Amino acid sequence: MVDKHLSTQFDTELTAVSTRVLELGGLVESQIRQAIVALSQFSVEVANEVVANEVRVNAMEVEIDHDLSSIIARRQPTARDLRLLIAISKTTANLERAGDEAAKIARMVLSIINSGAPRNLPSLELRVASDLASNLLNKALDAFARLDAQAALEILKEDDAIDREFGGFVRKLVTFMMEDPRTISPSLDLLFLAKAIERVGDHAKNIAEFIIYVVKGADVRHTSIENVEQVVR
Amino acid sequence: MLSTVSAAEKTKIAVKDLNFYYGKFHALKGINLTIPENRVTAFIGPSGCGKSTLLRVFNRMFELYPEQRAEGQILLDGQNILTSKEDVALLRAKVGMVFQKPTPFPMSIYDNIAFGVKLFEKLNTTDMEERVEWALRKAALWTEVKDKLKQSGSSLSGGQQQRLCIARGIAIKPEVLLLDEPCSALDPISTAKVEELIVELKSDYTVLIVTHNMQQAARCSDYTAYMYLGDLVEFGQTEQMFFKPTRQETEDYITGRFG
Repeated sequence: MVDKHLSTQFDTELTAVSTRVLELGGLVESQIRQAIVALSQFSVEVANEVVANEVRVNAMEVEIDHDLSSIIARRQPTARDLRLLIAISKTTANLERAGDEAAKIARMVLSIINSGAPRNLPSLELRVASDLASNLLNKALDAFARLDAQAALEILKEDDAIDREFGGFVRKLVTFMMEDPRTISPSLDLLFLAKAIERVGDHAKNIAEFIIYVVKGADVRHTSIENVEQVVR
Repeated sequence: MLSTVSAAEKTKIAVKDLNFYYGKFHALKGINLTIPENRVTAFIGPSGCGKSTLLRVFNRMFELYPEQRAEGQILLDGQNILTSKEDVALLRAKVGMVFQKPTPFPMSIYDNIAFGVKLFEKLNTTDMEERVEWALRKAALWTEVKDKLKQSGSSLSGGQQQRLCIARGIAIKPEVLLLDEPCSALDPISTAKVEELIVELKSDYTVLIVTHNMQQAARCSDYTAYMYLGDLVEFGQTEQMFFKPTRQETEDYITGRFG
């Protein structure tokens, strides 16, 4: 990801902080997968593990921010080094928040279990969505490691698919609730879980936007996909 | 070469197909550039890239050396200064220069400023005193020297001497100010003062600065030109140059990948 500066120490620092981000990404990815395992198996043990690991995610975020401040203070980066460091900072924040969503899912699973016998939640659909979301995060990290703007563009398109899936899921829940008010309570649980999963997709998308920012120097946030395609081309 | 001066800017200097030779050595190769009025334009690039050479063409300083010659056009407000019959001293009154090392004249602080003014204007004592104070105030030196105007200019610190030279340069009310690495011999505090001054000066003057300190170019210029081996590689708004330059060579240089 980092090519030769006159100062090899600068290269080393940039490589180190980039590696840390990827490590954080790996941890968050596994947190999300484990949260889904906890959900589909109603496992207290796995859910507790996810909640406990949140501390590690938070600690890594703080460490990476510290490293970033130190590089900025001492190196006064410019051009693509500057864009890379800003993108790393934003990516770290997005990863930490994706980690929060994983912990949120795990806590909801615990609360569902604690509220009595686990309801027979139809979690299959959620599992499909969560696979989509965690795969998207995985792709975002991969594209980040290679600074691949084309792959980042594909991620933006895929996130639209997750959003559509989420919209469809919400409509389905509404139908359930209208047909039988007794499904309202479990449906709301499902809605919150689905929302958390959808947010993971959004964070992956944000990361993808920052990859384009590093490579192309253009801020494509809040712009149309057609505009992004033009920038990446 | 991509040149991106905002359309709203008024051109002060237009450089057209400028070639410059030190004897047989071709030091500037077909430079085309427009320098906007009342803006600070910085020239960056590795040693030997031609940035100081270019600066010296703007006031025909190079003519002091017989083996040096410039071809092409330098239009100052539309007038080609290279072919103009205008007295070179008058040109240098319009296009002032400050050098890398402070060069106070061996005379008092007051006379350092008044000397140049006397060459071009006949002022009575009161007017001259006003002019000296005005120049010293502009150069952010007045409060430090107002009680010792009779002392020798070389009694000042390096940073003060450099600001004295800037005061001397602006006292004759030039239109363009050329600064050739004005801070390279100064400590950080004096540097900050000179940089502050540069930003202030641009409301009255068009400022051109050559600097090896890229952060300095980033801090105080509106436009930046990157030169390499006598070519103008890229010229554009400073913010753009330091955030997303158009040319790979520029990016390599400003991010320290060069070499």
